[in-house]
Amino acid sequence: MPNTDSILRFEKVTVAFGGDPAIEDVSFEIRAGESRVILGAAGSGKTVILKTSVGLLRPDSGRVFLFGQDITEMKEQDQFDLRARVGMLFQESALFDSLNIEENVAYPLLNQKAVNCPEDQVHARVEEALTFVELGHTLEKFPSELSGGMRRRVGIARANVTEPAMVIYDSPTAGLDPITANNIMALIVKERDVRHATTVMVTQRFQDGAIMARYKYDRATETLVAATPGDASIAGLKFLVMKQGRLVFEGTLAEMEQSKDPYISKFVLRN
Amino acid sequence: MLDFLKSPVLAVQEFVFLTARTIRNLPVRPHYWRDILMQMDIIGVGSLPIVLLVGFFSGIVMALQMSRALQTYGAVSQTGPIVAITLVREMGPVLTSVVAAGRNAAGIASELGSMKVTEQIDAMRALGTDPIQKLVKPRLIATCVMLPCLTAIADFVGLLGGYFIGISLLNLTSAEYWTGAYRALEYDDVAQGLLKPFIYAIVISMVGCFYGLNTRGGTQGVGLATTQAVVSSIVWIFALNAIITKIFVSF
Ligand SMILES: Nc1ncnc2c1ncn2[C@@H]1O[C@H](COP(=O)(O)OP(=O)(O)O)[C@@H](O)[C@H]1O
Ligand SMILES: [Mg+2]
Repeated sequence: MPNTDSILRFEKVTVAFGGDPAIEDVSFEIRAGESRVILGAAGSGKTVILKTSVGLLRPDSGRVFLFGQDITEMKEQDQFDLRARVGMLFQESALFDSLNIEENVAYPLLNQKAVNCPEDQVHARVEEALTFVELGHTLEKFPSELSGGMRRRVGIARANVTEPAMVIYDSPTAGLDPITANNIMALIVKERDVRHATTVMVTQRFQDGAIMARYKYDRATETLVAATPGDASIAGLKFLVMKQGRLVFEGTLAEMEQSKDPYISKFVLRN
Repeated sequence: MLDFLKSPVLAVQEFVFLTARTIRNLPVRPHYWRDILMQMDIIGVGSLPIVLLVGFFSGIVMALQMSRALQTYGAVSQTGPIVAITLVREMGPVLTSVVAAGRNAAGIASELGSMKVTEQIDAMRALGTDPIQKLVKPRLIATCVMLPCLTAIADFVGLLGGYFIGISLLNLTSAEYWTGAYRALEYDDVAQGLLKPFIYAIVISMVGCFYGLNTRGGTQGVGLATTQAVVSSIVWIFALNAIITKIFVSF
C-alpha cells in the first residue's frame, strides 16, 4: 500500500512512443524530506520520468503514485490539485513567450486553484520569488529579452513561487557556461534548504549532483558551505542513474563514486 | 495491406476527438474571455485589410466578366443581381475562408506548434490549465464569430467593386445596380452565405489547433505543421463547399 509519507512512487513503469519504450520497468520511491539526482546520457529517458511523475505522460504499464494517490488513470482535471503541489522547471525553461516575466511567475498563483492565493498578494509573492533568484528588477521584460541563464532563474522562481512540497528540475544547467551553471546550482540548493522541499533534479553533469550532495545553504553568510554528514539538507539524497530507459543504479554519492560499473563510473570520472 | 491508410485514418479520428472535446467544453468553465477577445482581434481585425482588398477586386473582376457574357443577351442591367448572388452564395464565403485559412490556420498552427516544441503546452498543463480551454476554445469561438462577419464585409465591398465597374464602364445607374442586387438576394442566399463561413471557421480553427498541438521535432516540425494546416484546411473548405452547395441547391 502507498505510504502517506510517500511523495512519488513508480511501480514497474513503462512509457513507450509508437512501440519504442522510452523508459522500461522503472521502479523507485521518494519520501517526504528526501531528494534525488537523476543522471543519464541524452535520450536515456530522464525527461520522460519527470513528465510521467506529474501525469503529463501516461504509463503504458505499471503504476505511478503522486502524494500517495494513484494517478495512472486519473483524469487530467482531477490531477490539477496534485500538480499544484509540485513545482517544475522544464528543460528549456518553457516560459510563456506571450507573457512578461511577472505574468509568467504569477501564472501558477493565478491558475492553480489549490494554491488559493488572494489576488492582492500575487504581486508581492512574485516579487519575492524573483528577488530570491536575484531577478527582482526584470518584471516587465519578456522571456525573449533574457539570456538563457536568466530564463532558467525565472523558471526556478515560477517553480517555487507557490511553495510546493516537491520541486522538479529538468536539466537546469544544460547549455549554460560553467559559471552560470554553478550559479543556477547554488540557487537550487538555496531553494531546497530555505524551503525544505523535496527536490528532484535531472542532469547530465555529475558535478551538479555533487554540489547537491556536498553543500548546503548558510543563511548567516548567504552562501553555500560544505555540508557535514549529519545535515538534514543532504541526509535523504540519493542518486539514480538511467541507461537507455532503464534504471541501473540507485544509491548515495559515496556508493556511486565506489561503483565498478563502467557506465556509472564514466559519470563520476568525467569530472 | 491497408497499412498506408492507417495513419490518415488515425489522424482523422484524433481530429474528431479533439473537436468533440472542444465542443463539449464550450459551456464548461473557466472561460478565458481575455484570450477570446485577443483572438477576435488577431483573427477578425487582423484579417480585415486583406479581406477588404480581396473582396473589392473580386467584385470588380466578377462585374467585368459577367457583363461581357450578359452583353451577348443584351442584359447588362442584370450585372447587379448576378454579382450579388455569386458573391453572397459562393465567392464571399470561399474567398474569405481561404484567406483566413492562409492567415489564421497557419498562425494558429505555428503558434501552438512552437509552444508544443518548447514544452510551453506541458508547462501549462503542469501549472493547472487545460490547453483545450486556454488555447483551443478561444480560437474556435473567435474564428466562428469573426469569419461570418468578415464574409459579410467581403460581400459588401465586392458589391461596391461591382458598382464601381457598373457606373463607370457599363453605364448603369446607382439605382439600377443596387435595387437589382438587393432584390436578387433571398433569405436562402444569405443563410447559405453565413452558414458556410461559420462551418469553415470550425474547420480552420480546429485544423490549425490540431496540427499545432501535434507538432513534433523542433523548428522544422513547426514549419511542417503550418504547411499541413493550410493545405488541409483549404482542401476541406472546398470539399465541404461542394457538399453544402449541393444540399442548398437540392432544396
Ligand atoms: N513525445 C515524444 N515522442 C516520441 N518519442 C519521444 C517523446 N519524448 C521522448 N521520446 C523518446 O524517448 C526517449 C527518452 O527521451 P528523454 O526522456 O527526453 O531523454 P533525456 O534523458 O535526454 O531527457 C528518447 O529516445 C526520445 O526520442
Ligand atoms: Mg531531457
